[in-house]
Amino acid sequence: MNLRTPVKEARGLGSAKGGTHHWLMQRVSAIALLLLVLWFAFSIAINAGGGYEAARAWIASPITAGAVILLLAAAFYHAQLGLQVVLEDYVGNKAVQLAAVIAVKFLAVILALTGILAVLSIAFGG
Amino acid sequence: MPTDNRPLSPHLQIYRPQWTSGLSICHRLAGVVNTIGSLLVIYWLVSLASGPAAFERAQAILGSWPGLFVLFFFSLALFYHLCNGVRHLFWDAGKGFELDTAWRSGQAAVAGAVGLTVIVWIVALTTGGGG
Repeated sequence: MNLRTPVKEARGLGSAKGGTHHWLMQRVSAIALLLLVLWFAFSIAINAGGGYEAARAWIASPITAGAVILLLAAAFYHAQLGLQVVLEDYVGNKAVQLAAVIAVKFLAVILALTGILAVLSIAFGG
Repeated sequence: MPTDNRPLSPHLQIYRPQWTSGLSICHRLAGVVNTIGSLLVIYWLVSLASGPAAFERAQAILGSWPGLFVLFFFSLALFYHLCNGVRHLFWDAGKGFELDTAWRSGQAAVAGAVGLTVIVWIVALTTGGGG
């Protein structure tokens, strides 16, 4: 005879109130990227061809630097959320899946940080 | 709790391919392509931070025909994922699930992606960007 309540049985097995967090954050980052990507695509189309000094001056301006940093943070955050779902859907082996998801999350942080540091070094390097 | 013998929903190859399901797969595919393409943005920024020689090399690689080809498809995947993502946001709000609406919003997403890609490349090539 089981005297535990249904709630006690379910605890630790379910979403523990975090079930929609992944979904929600994917949407929030998507909304941010909607604006940032449109801005960046057209800005780089205009500014990439002017040579080294012009490109540096463009990235170094506070508004560009700030927006590119936001773009990189939002893009890699969004990317690792999406790739996590892809891996969870298609990688059957649980151990491989977990390792792949962790690797994706590490890589996303490393890449975002690399890009952000590049922008900061341009912005502060004169 | 045994979960191995539960019935599964029919898998992808059971269904007849449709416009809407094709676009859905393309959305996921484009998301993966965008992640890989974003490495090019990181490469460009790092080379710009590394000095004139590295930057000229990056510009030469990205501005070569294979480079432009890759950038073109990256931009197409980026704009498709963006436009179709807006479609997803409407679905998340509970709107646009009627079959003909879903069909036509898919056409709009593809048209928007192609349009934005063409416009951004016209801007890039006329302002001498190219990259």
